[in-house]
Amino acid sequence: MFDLVSFIPRAVSQSIPLLFGSTGETITEKSGNLNLGIPGIMYVGAMSGVIGAFFYEQACKNSGSSLNTFIAILIPLVCSIIGSALMGLLYCFLTVTLRANQNVTGLAMTTFGVGFGNFFGGSLIKLTGSDVPSIALSATSACFSRTLPGAKSTGAFGKLILSYGFLAYAAIIIAFIAAYILKSTRVGLHLRAVGENPATADAAGINVTKYKYVSTIIGSMIAGLGGLYYVMDYTSGVWSNDGFGDRGWLAIALVIFTIWRPNISVFASILFGGLYILYLYIPTGTNLAIKEIYKMLPYIVTIIVLIIISIRNKKENQPPASLGLPYFREDR
Amino acid sequence: MEQSGRGHKARREETDGRGRLHTEGQQAVFSAAFPYAMKHFRRITVRCNTRKGGDRLDTKTAAVKMVNVTKVFGSIVANDKVSLEIRRGEILSLLGENGSGKTTLMNMLSGIYFPDGGQIYIDGREVVIRSPKDAFDLGIGMIHQHFKLVDVMTATENIVLGIEEKGKLDLKAAAERISAICKQYGFELDPNQKVYDMSVSQKQTTEIIKVLYRNADILILDEPTAVLTPQETEKLFAVLRNMRNDGKAIIIITHKLHEVEEISDRVAILRKGQFIGMLTTAESNAQEMTNMMVGRQVELNIERPEPVDPKPKIEVKGLTVRSEDGILKLDDVSFTVNSGEIFGIAGISGCGQKELLEAIAGLQKAEKGSIAFVNDDGSREELLGMDPLSIEKKGVALSFVPEDRLGMGLVGGMDLPDNMMLRSFRRGKSVFTDRKFPRGVAENVVQELQVVTPGLSTPVRRLSGGNVQKVLVGREIASAPAVLLTAYAVRGLDINSSYMIYNLLNEQKKNGVAVVYVGEDLDVLLELSDRIMVLCGGKVNGIVDGRTATKNEVGLMMTQLRGEDADE
Repeated sequence: MFDLVSFIPRAVSQSIPLLFGSTGETITEKSGNLNLGIPGIMYVGAMSGVIGAFFYEQACKNSGSSLNTFIAILIPLVCSIIGSALMGLLYCFLTVTLRANQNVTGLAMTTFGVGFGNFFGGSLIKLTGSDVPSIALSATSACFSRTLPGAKSTGAFGKLILSYGFLAYAAIIIAFIAAYILKSTRVGLHLRAVGENPATADAAGINVTKYKYVSTIIGSMIAGLGGLYYVMDYTSGVWSNDGFGDRGWLAIALVIFTIWRPNISVFASILFGGLYILYLYIPTGTNLAIKEIYKMLPYIVTIIVLIIISIRNKKENQPPASLGLPYFREDR
Repeated sequence: MEQSGRGHKARREETDGRGRLHTEGQQAVFSAAFPYAMKHFRRITVRCNTRKGGDRLDTKTAAVKMVNVTKVFGSIVANDKVSLEIRRGEILSLLGENGSGKTTLMNMLSGIYFPDGGQIYIDGREVVIRSPKDAFDLGIGMIHQHFKLVDVMTATENIVLGIEEKGKLDLKAAAERISAICKQYGFELDPNQKVYDMSVSQKQTTEIIKVLYRNADILILDEPTAVLTPQETEKLFAVLRNMRNDGKAIIIITHKLHEVEEISDRVAILRKGQFIGMLTTAESNAQEMTNMMVGRQVELNIERPEPVDPKPKIEVKGLTVRSEDGILKLDDVSFTVNSGEIFGIAGISGCGQKELLEAIAGLQKAEKGSIAFVNDDGSREELLGMDPLSIEKKGVALSFVPEDRLGMGLVGGMDLPDNMMLRSFRRGKSVFTDRKFPRGVAENVVQELQVVTPGLSTPVRRLSGGNVQKVLVGREIASAPAVLLTAYAVRGLDINSSYMIYNLLNEQKKNGVAVVYVGEDLDVLLELSDRIMVLCGGKVNGIVDGRTATKNEVGLMMTQLRGEDADE
């Protein structure tokens, strides 16, 4: 029998990196920057956090003191945010200031980010001198994945609603805040205008460059947190190279699936997370090829959504009109 | 000789307005050297004027003063030491050919470009305008030729865009203020309408209100009438006059001389980036303005030779076209175009002109009807349902100058010979293309049509609008067509280029080509065409004789369908 109470929490924890990634990418794309570097940025976000946590744990181990929960969370969090912000900054410098092609830059940054993660992952593994190709940061992870009080005692409710680490709740709150800002505030209106028609925004007195930089960097930071959540909470602090897989691309697919609305993403990411792990729930003994077909589901759903929004052709559901295009005011 | 005389007159006029005896040039030097003294001086001047002249002078103080403003793009000097003054309570026309630097000059006032030299004074105070926001803060608002609106947003959202206010974004309150502005000046606008649902004139209204909403009292309009019908233009002018009487300074950039004469108080003329002179509209005329603008005597009458031996060339019967969304674009359209005549098509934009031409050119599917090409020997070829290639293969020499020059007509990133080759690349037998022939065509076009280009290998995108159009028309004519279809052939072109295009069309007409001319300027349509078909909502609302029809008649036919019995 299909066990929903065990399936949904797993789908949710699977969905959180996707939600972080898609919220970050949506904010970025609303400014007209198609940041395909998101998968790489999520790697960098994860790795930066791992590096911070690793050295803090080592320092504690050497001095023999125990971990301070607050600092154990703060250090990886700050490291992760700085790492991914730098990636966002680099992307903006290349595409906004130097007007490099956004697709090429993004893809290059993904390659770079994955390489960055794996390189430093490999280095840290060597430092620990362990025999398995992974780093375990269980002490830090314990701080990150601490559940809300009552998760155990309230039965199914606790398991479904209260059993996640604080980053999971943060992801949902950030997504709703982002949706609110985009829809109903002046900043959101200006940001949407920049992504739709930068020349118009510019003529209206909006600083296009500033909006592009700020939104892309904030978007990158948020996406990077998805990587951090993955290592610290989802895998219980175990970093293994290439472990993050293609979740970054799934996050970008999710942006399209949710037609650039972070509030829809909260629910859609859980759907994606569910589809992503559905193969684990098919009866044992089924042909392995079928399993691979199940893994395709999130992408198939995205393609179907793309087809539907193209057919319906509603203006509001289209990508920002100047997505992927550079803007230069004195271009003639 | 003539030029210097003009300049002199212009300067005299300039001083008359202020009642002080010194020339523009002197004052420029003076103000550049002693900005502080200048301020005092201005104050004194104003006071004198008030005492002497009363109301009139009080409202006509200089709102904007540009002194020796220069802007350079690469090796091109777009504005060369231009000095200009605009007063409150007046409408100033900025007149000049394409590439004379009108828009560049105004873009510096609105903060899009930053001047490379010179000073700008607003109300006598020297200012630095670094961004559109600075311009707004100084009360300067520009309505661009290509509307700067976000399609997926409502009118209100577009209007409040970029305004930094404290507190929550309150679209409802904004909509109320917009309605109030509409009432005050006589606009009609639904604040909650999405821009993509708007007509051109509604979009323009949104643009103007956007500027008024920011309390701008210096308005710049860049070719505001280019896309409006005569009736819409009248409405706009009425509003502009209201705003002038409200004490605003209005600058209007336009090519259309009769509009300059109708709406403006003074005219500033630019030529090749230089300020040529200032005229008082009431004391000048179209001929004088044109001569100053072009720098030599220009014949303002469009020639209309009698058609020679007209024979039916294209016969359209019962043509019905539906757009992809199922909207009826052409409804039972029938007409005949003769060889050796210019067949004008008038109508509000979007009334099926585009679909009609594209159907003839083989680019548009039709629901029913027929389009026949009549050969010289009287045999007929059905064109409907064929693509451009099969039309060409049948030996029908059809040329099409589409509305979207750089989208459909030419490839912006390719140079002149390559663009010419788009027409001839199927020539020759080997797998290699013949590059010599298109190069020759390009050289010819450049020479004969006086295309201004740094060289043949310049990408077409880099040329100015008029030159792009010359390249396109030149290529189409070079293929020696029997039928020449043109859509808005002079849109955005200055007088000189426009007349060159008219002459080219007339030449084709004399050669016995059937010319179809879809136009928006009724004055030109009436002067150029032998017959004019008026489209209204995809229906033929009558075909009139270009020699006898009046502007009013055609204008009315464009907006109201006649009774059933009068239908063709």
